Amino acid sequence: MLNVIVSRLKQGHRTMVYPSGPAPELPDRFRGRPSIDPEKCLTGCRLCSDVCPGKAIVVADMVRIDMGRCLFCTECSTACPQQAISFTNEYRLAARNRQDLIVVPGKQEALPAARLDDRLLGMFGKSLKLRQVSAAGCNACEADTNVLGTIGWDLSRFGIQFVASPRHADGVLITGPVSRNMRLGLEKTFLAVPEPKIVIAVGACAIAGGPYADHAEVENGADNIVRVNLYVPGCPPHPLTILDGLLRLLNRI
Amino acid sequence: MNHEKLRMVTLVNGQSVELDAIALLAPDAFQTVVADAVDVGQRVASLFAAPARQRGVTQLFAVLVNTQLSRLHIVRTEIHGGQYPSLTNRCPQVHLFEREIAEQYGIKPVGHPWFKPVRYHESWTGRDAWDRPAGEPILPGVCDFYRVEGDEVHEVAVGPVHAGIIEPGHFRFQCHGELVFHLEIALGFQHRGVEGALIGGPDARSIHYAETLAGDTTIAHTTAYCRVIEALSKCRKTARAQTLRGIALELERMANHVGDLGALAGDIGFLPTMSYCGRIRGDFLNMTALLCGNRFGRGMVCPGGVGFDMDDARVEKLLRQLDAAEKDATVAIELLWDTPSAMARFENIGRLPKQVALDLGMVGPAARAAGVEVDTRNDQPSGVFRFTHIPVSTYDTGDVFGRAYVRWLEIQHSIQFIREQLHTIPSGDILNRAGSLLPNRIAVSLDEGWRGEVCHVAITDDDGRFMRYKVVDPSFHNWPGLAYALRNQQISDFPLCNKSFNLSYCGHDL
Repeated sequence: MLNVIVSRLKQGHRTMVYPSGPAPELPDRFRGRPSIDPEKCLTGCRLCSDVCPGKAIVVADMVRIDMGRCLFCTECSTACPQQAISFTNEYRLAARNRQDLIVVPGKQEALPAARLDDRLLGMFGKSLKLRQVSAAGCNACEADTNVLGTIGWDLSRFGIQFVASPRHADGVLITGPVSRNMRLGLEKTFLAVPEPKIVIAVGACAIAGGPYADHAEVENGADNIVRVNLYVPGCPPHPLTILDGLLRLLNRI
Repeated sequence: MNHEKLRMVTLVNGQSVELDAIALLAPDAFQTVVADAVDVGQRVASLFAAPARQRGVTQLFAVLVNTQLSRLHIVRTEIHGGQYPSLTNRCPQVHLFEREIAEQYGIKPVGHPWFKPVRYHESWTGRDAWDRPAGEPILPGVCDFYRVEGDEVHEVAVGPVHAGIIEPGHFRFQCHGELVFHLEIALGFQHRGVEGALIGGPDARSIHYAETLAGDTTIAHTTAYCRVIEALSKCRKTARAQTLRGIALELERMANHVGDLGALAGDIGFLPTMSYCGRIRGDFLNMTALLCGNRFGRGMVCPGGVGFDMDDARVEKLLRQLDAAEKDATVAIELLWDTPSAMARFENIGRLPKQVALDLGMVGPAARAAGVEVDTRNDQPSGVFRFTHIPVSTYDTGDVFGRAYVRWLEIQHSIQFIREQLHTIPSGDILNRAGSLLPNRIAVSLDEGWRGEVCHVAITDDDGRFMRYKVVDPSFHNWPGLAYALRNQQISDFPLCNKSFNLSYCGHDL
């Protein structure tokens, strides 16, 4: 018993001050929201889209990067002879609308909307229980969602908890591209959550299939099964990106 | 055994040879070689099928690990038609491999004692080993489960969706009261078709498949993938790149081991260690992010070396973070061993005898905890581990405590290893770009991931593209061990046993 108390004193208080204080430091090599410099981007060049493993880059009248498909691997910025594409340290990537994940050349104007509508906010704003379904996720998105429950992040201080039964949940947080073999499991879990309910898709796989997009064995993300209320891009998203998404969803920051 | 006579090809970890160098054995000679090798202490790292040039013919390849000689042996045979006599009865460790071959290529292992699908998908050849009608949907987890009958026997089914934030799998327990007679595990829910998609590669996606084969084992799988590419393109890595790979691999091991020790504490309701370790795990993930910007090491390892270099400031910072994490981890984890009520829940739970671990061909900490001295870093060293040896951590109880304690021993060795390496990182470049792959060759690469041996085998075609790419995650060897460990245990101890193995679903399901 004495050992436990001594260890407790040694470990100290470790819950981060964010969001009332500064966000935890991100590594200098962190790859956040991509940025396209319209001055540097040459029209007619497809070097970036050719090397993209996630088919995230569309070259038409201008270059667009779909963060929902982006694996944040930086192959595009390496391939660009003009250095027109760079990855910023902007970690706030989550959005309510799928099209808000499309990055166009130029500076980001404002953060994309993530807030729930008033009716749902009134119900879930101070208490949100989520059932997590891993549907062919590689365990990276799962692990960095799980980490939000540890004392460092302490998700429960915002009234957000992951629960063991869909019957106790207000929504489902989905990771993975949704394998054909998990489709039924996901559908049944979603059906078991009482109305009204929300869906959060975490990671490139859950948004659009990630590296597994267009495999016959997967359903290319949660969108094709259920209506998604919040998209959290990344491969996997940093826990701070997930937390920011949840807090903006609930209008807490 | 006369290797000369059988013309068994012998190579070292991370080497490639011409496909033609591997003599074709007759099917019965092939089986004899594999079974005899296992009898004298070798292990089947991989057994898989691949197409042959002739239509209607399938090749079988076996990769044997010879720990004593630190060498790998490859043998092959051809199967004409849709069946061959099963080897499983003579050599239990191939049971899942034979089921996998049947599922992928539609070839029946006649006489297999436990013949059912592994991942629940259609075969790649149009031939079905279970004679299921074409076009009929294949439902995951729908098969004959082993059943115990009796008045007071009941069955408990769990999953695929579990209570926590965890990957899906289906577990069937045959119970008598609280006592588990038998557990059967049905997986395949995570099947994403990775091996099939790798055929025809390498392409832009190949390395991302490697990085996400098991997302918590990114460094080990990607290193194994890259070493296959390097072997097939005769690309030489620099010493600097190999050292940085080794550092990343050990950081990955520590993050997962610390996280699991915390989760084990959580499963017995010992909250202090659970809380501390959950956070300290993040400290190790952040060290990986310091190297490459990503907590799971995405982008760190690439064909020909590593994607990110080290500088003095980064070395300093990493050493500081390592010191702090070591201090915290020591306090948090030793608390477990000092608390009798915690130890009482670890000791004698989920016991796996050494002989069973050997028979099942188990690997990694789960095997080492049962007294099996097996560690790829030591037995088949590659990269930096050829120059710096990490002691093999073993224990002899084979129970939850053994599996937990081996993790702690490994954490300590890894910290020491990284500290040494950080002081002596060789100078030079970090990347020698790998060129195109040589045609008609086979390469094998083994790596000691935190769960155990990661095995990648690639075979190239006439154009130097992947004709077959075979991945074996350590979980593939170890899931049956978990099922065995549950025998005669209380069903309420399942979460604890499960976490002490902490096997990968997606690594198994591919």
